[in-house]
This record gives sequence, C-alpha cells and structure tokens, in this order.
Amino acid sequence: MNKLSFRFYYISLSILLLVSLIVSTRVGAVDISFQDIISFFGHKLGFIPDNNPNSIPQALFFQIRLPRVILCAFVGAALSVSGALMQAMFRNPIVEPGLVGTSSGAALGAAFVFVMGKTISGPFADFIGPFMLPFFAFLGGLIATLLVYRLSSVFGKTNVNTMLLAGIAVNALASGGTGFFSYIARDPQARSITFWNLGTLSGADWPAVELVGISTTAGILICLRYSKALNALLLGETEAGYLGINTEKLKMRIILINTFIVAMATSIVGVIGFIGLIVPHLLRMMKSSDNRFLIIASALLGAILLNMADMVSRVIVAPSEFPIGIITAFVGAPVFLFILIRNSRKQQQGGFYA
Amino acid sequence: MLKAENILFKVGDKILLHETSVAFEENRFHVIMGPNGAGKSTLLKLLAGSEKPSGGKIFFHEKEINQFSRKELATVRAVLSQHYNITFPISSNDMVMMGRYPYFTTVPSKEDKEICKKATAVMQAEELMNRDYNTLSGGETQKIQMSRILAQIWNSENNQNKILFLDEPVSHLDMKYQNQLLRVAKEMCQKNITVIAILHDINLSLNYADRILLMKQGRIEYEINDQQEITVPVIKDVFDVDSKIIDPGNGHRPIIVF
Repeated sequence: MNKLSFRFYYISLSILLLVSLIVSTRVGAVDISFQDIISFFGHKLGFIPDNNPNSIPQALFFQIRLPRVILCAFVGAALSVSGALMQAMFRNPIVEPGLVGTSSGAALGAAFVFVMGKTISGPFADFIGPFMLPFFAFLGGLIATLLVYRLSSVFGKTNVNTMLLAGIAVNALASGGTGFFSYIARDPQARSITFWNLGTLSGADWPAVELVGISTTAGILICLRYSKALNALLLGETEAGYLGINTEKLKMRIILINTFIVAMATSIVGVIGFIGLIVPHLLRMMKSSDNRFLIIASALLGAILLNMADMVSRVIVAPSEFPIGIITAFVGAPVFLFILIRNSRKQQQGGFYA
Repeated sequence: MLKAENILFKVGDKILLHETSVAFEENRFHVIMGPNGAGKSTLLKLLAGSEKPSGGKIFFHEKEINQFSRKELATVRAVLSQHYNITFPISSNDMVMMGRYPYFTTVPSKEDKEICKKATAVMQAEELMNRDYNTLSGGETQKIQMSRILAQIWNSENNQNKILFLDEPVSHLDMKYQNQLLRVAKEMCQKNITVIAILHDINLSLNYADRILLMKQGRIEYEINDQQEITVPVIKDVFDVDSKIIDPGNGHRPIIVF
C-alpha cells in the first residue's frame, strides 16, 4: 500500500480526465483543431464575434462531438462505479454489471420499448413516452440482477461459480430476448438494436447527456453515503451486522442505486462490458480497497478509460466507427481471465477468495 | 445484567435451542462449552442479537434487546468470530478502525484513533499495523480482529457495562496466542466488560472461566461455578468421553486428561 494520499489520486485523475476530454473532442471522422474548439466556445459564449454561426464544423462540434464525449465520460463513470459497488456487495473482485446481467437486462428492457413502445403506450405516447425507456431499462436490469443475486447467494454466502453460471444464463436469456425484439421489429431502425450487445455512443445527443449525467451524478452522490457500510461488509454479513449495519437493507439499496445508474447508461449506449471490472480492480491495486476512494476514483478513471476507448473506436476505421464494446472486451476479457486465474490459484493455496 | 427468559430457537421443525433461561452476571468471564451441534453458537447469536429467538425474551440492563437500535447495540457489545474471509487488500490499520465505525460518520475523530492505538497496544499488535491484513498469519489476523473488537467496545470512562462475545476465538491458534487472547479478555472483566466465550478446550476454560455452562442437544445441562463441580460423570455425560481428573493440590486448578 503506497503512501500517496487519496487527494493526490483525485487531483491527478481529474487532470487526466480533463486532458482526455479535450483530446477526444478533437479526433474523429472530422478533425477539429484546438484553435477551432476555442473559437467555437468563444462564439457560443459571445467572446468572439461569430461570422458564420451555422458553419458545419461548429454544428458538428456542438451537436455531435461534444455531447458524445461528455456522454461517454458519464457512461464510463456509471459502469465503473457500478463495478465497485457490485464487487463490494458480492465481496468478490470479478463482478461487474455486464457479468451479472444488469446491463443485458437493461438492454432487453430498452429493446422492448423501442419495438413495442408505440403499441403499448398508444394514445398516451406523448405523455408517458419519454419515461418509458428509462423505466423499462431499469425494470429489466433489476429483474436480471436480482435473479443472479438470489441464485448465487444461498446460505448467506455468495458462491462465485454459481454466480458466473447464473450470469451466463441470465445474459443469454436477455440477449436472446433482445435478439427476438430486433427480429420482429418492423422499423428498420429498430433492427439495429443488435448493436446493443456491443455498445455504441453514436446515438449521443444533449437529452441523452442530461439523462445519464443526472442519473450517474445522483447515484454516485447517494452511494457515497454507504461507502463505510460497504467497507464493513468486507468482514462478512453477520460481522457487519455486529457493527450496527442493516445488511439486508444495505444490499437492497445498493442493488437499486446500481441498477438505476447502469440502466440509464445502457438504455442509451447498449451493453459495454468489462470497464466496470477493470477500473475498480486497477484502483485497488494502486491504492486501497476503501469504498469511498473506490467510488470517487472509479468515476474519474472510468470516464478517462472509456473516453480513450471511444477515441480508438472513432479513429481506427474512420470515417466509419467501430463498436466500443469490442474494444473494451478485447482489453477487458484478458484482464478478467488474469484475475480469475490468480484467484483460483489463491484458493488452491488455501486463500480466502472462494 | 444480560438475561434470557424462556428463549428457544427453531429452524422449521428442528429445535436448535430448547426453552432456556439463563443470566450472565456482569464483569465475569462466562464460558459456554459442549459438543458440536449442542447449540452453543445458536445461544451466542441470540444473546448477541444477530438472530431473533423463536420465543422468549432477552434483556440487557433490564431493557429488551430488540428495543435497542442496531447502532446502539454495536456500541455496547462486540463479537469475535472464529475466522474471517477478507477478499480485498486492506491494511491492518483500516481493519482495526472498522471497530470505530459505529462512532463516526465519514472521518474518524482523534479519540477514535487514540482508542485504536490503545486497543492494538493491549493486543501487542503495534508492529502489524502498517501491513496488509491478507499477508498476516492466522494468529496475527486474530490479534488484529481482537484489537478491532476491543476498539468497538472500548470503555474509556468505565461508564457502562459492555459485553464481549468470543465465538471459538482460539480454535486454530497456537498455545501462546491462545493464552494471550484469553488473558486480554480476562483483563477486560476489570474494565467493566462482561465476557461470554465459546471454548473447546476444557483446561483452558478452567484456567480462565469464572463460570462454565455445559450444553448438550440444545440445552444447558450443567452450570459450573466451582471448579470442583467438574467431575468424570459430568464430562462423560456431556462430551461422551472418558476422562481422568488430576488435582495438583495447593489450590491449583484441576487438570483434565482424556
């Protein structure tokens, strides 16, 4: 455990995040120089007279590039914080929203709304329409998470093998359901929901940024209140109870908050795996398992890493784009295997990772 | 001080603890013994408030235990379990500080830090404090856990009686650590702390206990207040083991051999 203070990590990660945000607003199908970016902001804020208010690069920057980069940061934060929360709750380092079905359940809920939304909301479409997508994404994510959680936590102890198997089954069921909806979809646009199993940020716009931004920020602020209780959970559920913590209530709240932030992000960008696994793990190795630190730092580091992944996805096959989920999977899956192997080795040595 | 009235505990149709009434006098070292499955852990869990009895009531300072909030309870009683599965890296310092969780919201106070320091000093665990908990040996981790438990119910002003529950705390410790841990527990009886421990070694029990409760098949069968009350038939009845009791004389405690 190193001596660098928590504050040092917060500050350096914040600076890195800022840099990665600025750099990633530059690159993409259309290259925008830093000078352009500065003048765009100047125009918007009225510092620099705007001779050509509707220039294509400027419109592209404000309508497409900027919301995408900000959305990406929020999604990265949401998924990584979710990984930290789930790992603390399951008391296991190989849990993340993609593995326990939260993401795919939310994607199924969202696919349902895309395909069936108009049919079920009928004449009230204008009224309830905007709430349907987040609601069903949340519902789908919650059902999937609870299912995996109940199946894997028999006798008060989370069995990792059962959890992974239950996760596989629930994920298969949910992506099967998503596939079914994309198959019966009449609207050609809805057919593209298959992309959800790989994730994409191309749908980014300002309303999406608002939805994910607000849900993620609120979720993180709320779960910070539970960071001490989550630390105590490390001792075991009964032992945390002896420290005055109502573990049943805690777990229920964490599942709700966690599903909420993941579902909102997933309803916009689809399933992006592994980011929630790697980020808390890296931070734990770098500094500490203290959940207060993990939640704050995961939000920052998750935003940075997903931004970098998105940059890669925009650049390598430009002007077209690469599904970001493939990149996170290519990087994340080997890391996942590495952790898995290390854990099973520890188990053989009589360690406590079981 | 701690009193159980007609408590029983069952899971489904199976009765793990038959109707029992038992009281624990304060500032004494109470030991619960008995063969596996006798209901010792069940009784301890009920007394510690982590399980609710299927019937009967438990009183702590004349107040029913379910009238206490979880947080209140956490400041008046602590439980040391047999062993802990810690999945993530954590420093021993942070581990001991968890004992103070019921007392602060986000940042530990100066007093919290002071108490942690005192608790680790009592356990002679100071040199372990900056190490990663997961790299410690079994005996060392138990030292840290005991420090954490002591920090949780530390009696600075001797104001209120508190309870220390030990659930087979020394079962896999070597002789030195066994004695150190139980000696510290015994010292706590002078600091207005009542100790209730489950032990398996009858000679250790005789050495430290002020009173021994012998359990069998979900019942408290014998209550030993005087070491002379431990007899060969009693041991045979409870543990189904033939034994011999050696009395060294000169007021030394009897030694039991199997």
